[in-house]
Amino acid sequence: MANEAWLIPAIPLLVYVILLVAGRRISEPVVAGISVSAVLLAFLLAIAVLADVAVNGPTAPTTYAWLDFGAHSLTVGYEVTMLNALMLVVVTLVSALVLLFSRSYMKGDERFSRFYQYLNLFVFSMLGLVISPNLLQFYIFWELVGVCSYLLVGFWYYKPEAAAAAKKAFIVTRIGDVGLFIGIILLYIATGTFDFNGLYTAGGAAFSQVATLAYHGASVPFGMSSSGFITLTALLVFIGAVGKSAQFPLHVWLPDAMEGPTPVSALIHAATMVAAGVYLVARMQPLFAASPVASETVAVIGGITALLAASIGLTQRDIKRVIAYSTVSQLGYMMMALGVGAYTAGIFHLMTHAFFKALLFLTAGSVIHALDTQDLFSMGGLRKKMPITHIAFLAGALALAGVPPFAGFWSKDEILSAAFQSGHYVLYAMGLLAAFFTAFYIFRVYFLVFWGEAKGEKHAHEGGSAMVIPLLVLGALATLSGFLNTPFDPFVTRFLTYGHPLGIGIDPPASLPLILVSVIIALLGIWLAYSVYGRANRGAELAKRMGVLYTLSYNKFYIDEIYHYLIVTPIFTIARAIAFIDRFIIDGIVRMLGELGYTGGVTLKYANTGQVQTYGVLTLFGLVALVAIALGIGGVL
Amino acid sequence: MALQPFLALGVILFGIGLYGALTKRNLIIVLISIEMMLNASNINLIAFSHFAVTPNANGQVFALFNIAIAAAEVAVGLAILLAFFRLRNSADVRDVNTMKW
Repeated sequence: MANEAWLIPAIPLLVYVILLVAGRRISEPVVAGISVSAVLLAFLLAIAVLADVAVNGPTAPTTYAWLDFGAHSLTVGYEVTMLNALMLVVVTLVSALVLLFSRSYMKGDERFSRFYQYLNLFVFSMLGLVISPNLLQFYIFWELVGVCSYLLVGFWYYKPEAAAAAKKAFIVTRIGDVGLFIGIILLYIATGTFDFNGLYTAGGAAFSQVATLAYHGASVPFGMSSSGFITLTALLVFIGAVGKSAQFPLHVWLPDAMEGPTPVSALIHAATMVAAGVYLVARMQPLFAASPVASETVAVIGGITALLAASIGLTQRDIKRVIAYSTVSQLGYMMMALGVGAYTAGIFHLMTHAFFKALLFLTAGSVIHALDTQDLFSMGGLRKKMPITHIAFLAGALALAGVPPFAGFWSKDEILSAAFQSGHYVLYAMGLLAAFFTAFYIFRVYFLVFWGEAKGEKHAHEGGSAMVIPLLVLGALATLSGFLNTPFDPFVTRFLTYGHPLGIGIDPPASLPLILVSVIIALLGIWLAYSVYGRANRGAELAKRMGVLYTLSYNKFYIDEIYHYLIVTPIFTIARAIAFIDRFIIDGIVRMLGELGYTGGVTLKYANTGQVQTYGVLTLFGLVALVAIALGIGGVL
Repeated sequence: MALQPFLALGVILFGIGLYGALTKRNLIIVLISIEMMLNASNINLIAFSHFAVTPNANGQVFALFNIAIAAAEVAVGLAILLAFFRLRNSADVRDVNTMKW
């Protein structure tokens, strides 16, 4: 089955082409029907592929020659490893549910089929990215994912905020992409290959799990030391992941990307976009593992992101913005896990997070759809009116907060315990504090939206079955998927470390005291949220007591403003100066030459009398002059 | 007989023709002057054809072509002249002044 894995991305691509050609002529139910069933088919195939590799192990890459130039040859193809088999399942499952949900959410939109067309392209790009066997092909799909996110975030382009958010998402991730591209080129220079598998060889015998780069020509480029070169390339690759996975300091695009339709947010946050960065670091794990500096950087950036984003999430008023910051924060956890060497914990958290974050976004979408507002303080009392949404959101919130036995508990706990046991006590403390914040902010949303008195005139009600079914499926997954990798039966760990792949370590085992600590922290956060927002809204009082901390958090630590003054404004100033030089000096010279020719022509035209005989005389004297010159220099030129 | 007298005749004829074409005010005289220049070149062609190192008929053939072209040119020139005369009621070169900016 794994040899037919190419079908999985090919199916959404086919649907994309169909919608591209015939989208305008097909009715909404058919468009949605084709898309959902196609991605569902892809999901079933992904399950079959997963089952195949679980039994038979990963497949060798299938490659086809693409370009030959000189001694270099480029290939394209596909490959199923343990990691990407898992990713295929997660991506197709979440995408299928989001596509189904969009059926009601986007109902009646003027560009309904265009929306589905973009979604299919998005899913195709992500799946293509996941099964790429080499970095170059990976990079192509990586950029495709970026383009799709641009198209979808800016789907309602007539809203100026959406257009600005789309541009911001594209430009900020681009900063990361440049780093990644330089990293890929350097790796190619060093190893002579783009293939993921060809990059490494085993390090010294004493460290059989530590890989090193398979240098091509047995020397490190630019006369660097091997460890220095590995660190450099790993950090460049990580910059790409920082951009795509919205890590500090490039996290600013993700919360703004909320301007897109809510299903797009669910897709971006759960399956198709931000997961790409984490996947990249996981895929390049042997490279990171070979460089302590690079993995420390990954862990620290992850920790900072987790804490920073969680603390911003505490005070936001927009329901989607809170969830967006929680995504940034959870991605920080994943990076932290990969950085401290907890490979499977990071991937496992990616998976559980995909489920519960898609769930949270879709429930938020359901709420927004019912109330037509995103402001938390104009919501309330939905517990009775939207019981299914309420239960689903509660499951997602408990999973995010890390309360046992919900999914997020198992995965987040593994990360925290790995951070502690690998000796990163500061990171552990940051992660714990972030977990406390997480529990508080998500239950703040929960109590504000579902408890208290109903506000506003609008009569809230559940959406249609297309909205409810995804909520139920994702709710079940958010509740139960944690059991796939418990300390008692680490199925995912066994699966991912099948055959002991090179350069990938085994996570440290979880320990009971650490588990207890994180559960208590989560419950404390929930209790605080209840005492502030559950019985009566005493949020303003708390905000006043927090003073400057509240202001900082509410204004997102002024990071956008800092970027605006430190980066955007200077660049605009420079650009304006250059535009001035271009417009008035460079163009001025060109225009002056043009004017010179024109003025000369206008002046000299008066020599043109129309008298044929004058012309004849001038021609004659010209000829005589030429002959005289020819005689003077003794020949023709 | 030598080549030089023929060439001298050609040069004189050409010079007279050129002078006439550039200075005379009457269009008919200008046309006749141009004919003289053409015939001066015909004399040259035939002279070279006869006095060449290996005499041959090439120059004479060219002269015949020239005569034919001159006939055509005169026909066209006279037609233009007539049209111009009907338009402006003049045959003065100085009145042919519309070919400018």
